[in-house]
Amino acid sequence: MAADNPTNTTYALELRDLRKSFGKTEIIRGVNLSVASGERVAIIGPNGAGKSTLFNLISGRFAPTSGDVILNGQRINGLAPYEINRKGLSRSFQITNIFPKLSVFENLRCGVLWSMGYKYTFLRFLSNLHDANERAKQLMEMIKLDKKRDTLAMNLTYAEQRALEIGITIAGGANVILLDEPTAGMSKTETTRFIHLIKEVTEGRTLLTVEHDMGVVFGLADKIAVVVYGEVIAYDTPDKVRANQRVQEAYLGSVVADEQGAGH
Amino acid sequence: MNPEFFVISLLNGVSYGLLLFMLSSGLTLIFSMMGVLNFAHTSFYMLGAYFAFTISGVVGFWPALVLAPLVVFALGAAFERYCLRRVHKFGHVPELLVTFGLSYLILEVVQLVWGRSTVPYGLPEQLQGPLFSLYGTQFPKSRSFVMLVALLMLVSVWLLLTRTRIGLVIQAALKYPEMVEALGHNVPRVFMLVFGGGAALAGLAGVIGGNTYVTEPAMAASVGSIIFVVVVVGGMGSLAGAFLASLLIGLVQTFAVALDYSLIHVFKAVGVAVTDQTFGYPLLKLTISQVAPILPYLFLVLILIFRPKGLLGTRED
Amino acid sequence: MNSTTTTTVASSATSHYRFKPWNVGRLIIWTLFAVMLIMAPMLFRSSLALTMLSQIGYLIIICLSYNILLGQGGMLSFGHAVYTGLGSFIAIHAMNMATKGSVHIPLVFIPLVGGLAGAFFAILLGFVTTKKSGTTFAMITLGIGELVASMALMFPEFFGGEGGITTDRVYGKAFFGISFGPAIQVYYLIAAYCFVCTAAMFAFTGTPLGRILNAVRDNPERVEFIGYNTQRVRYFAFIIAGFFAGIGGGLATINFEIITGADSLSVIRSGGYLLFTFLGGATFFFGPIIGAVLLVLASVLLSELSKAWLLYLGLVFLFMVMYAPGGIASLIMMNLRLAKYGKLRQLWSSYLALGGTALVGVMGAACMIEMTYHLQLNAALGPELTFLGATLNAAGFTSWFGAIFVMVTGFGLFELCRRQFLRQWSTIQEEIEHEIKRGEAL
Repeated sequence: MAADNPTNTTYALELRDLRKSFGKTEIIRGVNLSVASGERVAIIGPNGAGKSTLFNLISGRFAPTSGDVILNGQRINGLAPYEINRKGLSRSFQITNIFPKLSVFENLRCGVLWSMGYKYTFLRFLSNLHDANERAKQLMEMIKLDKKRDTLAMNLTYAEQRALEIGITIAGGANVILLDEPTAGMSKTETTRFIHLIKEVTEGRTLLTVEHDMGVVFGLADKIAVVVYGEVIAYDTPDKVRANQRVQEAYLGSVVADEQGAGH
Repeated sequence: MNPEFFVISLLNGVSYGLLLFMLSSGLTLIFSMMGVLNFAHTSFYMLGAYFAFTISGVVGFWPALVLAPLVVFALGAAFERYCLRRVHKFGHVPELLVTFGLSYLILEVVQLVWGRSTVPYGLPEQLQGPLFSLYGTQFPKSRSFVMLVALLMLVSVWLLLTRTRIGLVIQAALKYPEMVEALGHNVPRVFMLVFGGGAALAGLAGVIGGNTYVTEPAMAASVGSIIFVVVVVGGMGSLAGAFLASLLIGLVQTFAVALDYSLIHVFKAVGVAVTDQTFGYPLLKLTISQVAPILPYLFLVLILIFRPKGLLGTRED
Repeated sequence: MNSTTTTTVASSATSHYRFKPWNVGRLIIWTLFAVMLIMAPMLFRSSLALTMLSQIGYLIIICLSYNILLGQGGMLSFGHAVYTGLGSFIAIHAMNMATKGSVHIPLVFIPLVGGLAGAFFAILLGFVTTKKSGTTFAMITLGIGELVASMALMFPEFFGGEGGITTDRVYGKAFFGISFGPAIQVYYLIAAYCFVCTAAMFAFTGTPLGRILNAVRDNPERVEFIGYNTQRVRYFAFIIAGFFAGIGGGLATINFEIITGADSLSVIRSGGYLLFTFLGGATFFFGPIIGAVLLVLASVLLSELSKAWLLYLGLVFLFMVMYAPGGIASLIMMNLRLAKYGKLRQLWSSYLALGGTALVGVMGAACMIEMTYHLQLNAALGPELTFLGATLNAAGFTSWFGAIFVMVTGFGLFELCRRQFLRQWSTIQEEIEHEIKRGEAL
């Protein structure tokens, strides 16, 4: 919040009274959030709280009904996803969203092309773009998929595809990264490995991640934002959030509601 | 332009528009339900006309009105079951291609069985002649019958979808096929019935359109592209949009064909003479009636430029 | 971003010495292609063969340009003939103007004029067309295809009305002594363009735009999130496809010296490009080349062999979509993969059995189809017809019974062979997967 920032430096990402309705239903009901540059924020909350919708609003997949999304001091609400991406924000998806018929290397190379200025050119050969090829190679090594360079993305294992997903997300060198449930569907060991990977590859960048796994959240995040029914009910360091009365009620309340629904 | 011309053209345009809507509604329903754009939809229209021609030669028109759509239904359902279903897993493009292949096939088989020229599929006695005369111009019974059947069909389909149990299942399967299947409904069978139903609607349109207008091998292609234009102009997946677009295009085409004005007349009205030496003469001398065939496609281009999601489109495609 | 500066320093250090072995395999294939183009008229000497080879030549360009949209971009177009046709028309007008002397364009550059025309109309119409994707895009191309085809009748000055426009390809000074009057000279002109355009379109697949186009095909939404405007990508690809389509159209003009609106711009022609490109194989670069060859063989030879050729075509297409959506190219590649792992010889006998039984079944069905066609179209000639050397009596019971019997037997045996084949196939695929996994683990 603005009160926490006495020197008034520009936040990497700011959400001001963000609202989104689908038809008559308001899904996001006035979200305010300020993320400083380099911070790691975990977004948690019960299912259906609107976390993915929030990501969709920030990354431009949907336009907000009202309110502002401000990236490095610039308003980006209403811009197309590619415009937002070009301004330095990149996101991954909850359901793996890669290029299935391209190889691992090609997937990553596609991710770097625009940021390296190659745009729509058809007058140069990909094999001659040394900087793009080098960067793709680096990324492959970072996400530990260098042994599977020529494997088609659709033939990778689930965890490998998630790793590739992150690789594509950071490929363009974006400063603000949104990861939507990056460890969804992974085993314990895979998750731990993945968290190390995320920490490595997002070093120095601003990170927002939606997560359900509390172990991950407390290990990774500088701050936690708790979203319930389209509102942020708490936004603080992990310990303070853990002790927050409203949060406990919200989670406890949702557990009670689930139990009642199941007829216990 | 005298009032009788106007009224008769209006009625003709509306009846043609309603026929277009009969066809485009079936197409829209199948597209909404299954995500498949049935390229062979107007081929089913053609089959309906030809079957009706043969059946009415044996038992008369009125039984054919019921029997021909049933045959088309069976064919449509069989196609869905044996061909479309197999291709479903490959994606939307192969689905479109398989229906494209079907349209090719139906055209060839129709030409094989019934020949390449128009067949004398005529109106039954009860539908011949004018319904009424307006200042000496007649409005035929056949066209009013088209309007009647179209409206009846629409009302019954709407009632079926919104008021019956099977309609509810269909609507649910449209959005959440896996959930509906988990609830115990046979979703593949629902799809088969919907596809067959859409084909039957097209067939019904063929039964009444074939003898009101003309029954020939080219009938599928000639109305086919217009139907696709209607669906895009109205907005993909919107029945109301298809209705609006069908009427609009039906009316415009009917009126345009009868008007012989060109831009030369417009210039003459403001006192500018145009000769064949004037720049752009080939364009200026075109009369509205000459331009009539391309008007639907011009609409398409205009809509795409100014309102890409269609008149009443809902999908953020 | 410290990492990029270090890498640029590193790559400039390595750029002085870089071991780039020549891709020998690729070199061989392109040389073979060039050799085939040069030698073909010497192997097939009849004038019919020469006509067919010329048509194959420019249809290769057209089908490859169509595949930029279909196979590489995932864009199903029903209106590609618009760009080949308009390219043809501009080319023929350019030729006529050159003949009159009002412009000075040697014949060898006319295809480029066609290409520029194709690109121009793609720029004009493509903006609106590529606003949408998927099924809507397909319908828009159909609508615009009909629009342009209908306009052909409205402007007889440009489109020549029913009779079309004629031209003479021999005009002006001879090009280094070549007048392009004789058909063989036209063939080599077409062959030269075919080679260059094929190489250019192949090169395109290895450029950033080409690769992003593939990404758009695979996952258009994701592409937006890596900084690319998907609609722009499609638009540019559309223009490039239009350019090459126009070149093909220009070559067609030179070949036939006459162009009619009803024929060149029709939706039927667009459908033909679609059908054969798909049949040849949209998922591999060389698939459309096979498609172009099939197109000419079918329209020239098959149509002579049987009046039912369109029916056969429709059936083949339907089966391809259902059972082999990658086309003939994918079938070839699958078997090449088998050969690579040494498994192909195991399937020889199965293929023979499948082929043989299918052929028998098809023969039976074909006899029935031919007899039906004969009854429909040639009834005045009496009920007898010859088909593949045998005399059939379309009104006779024995012919029909024989045909049905042959068909049922053939297809019945085919079904048995097919099941056996499937079992063999899956076993072999498993063995191959196993070997691949082993190779990766090393």
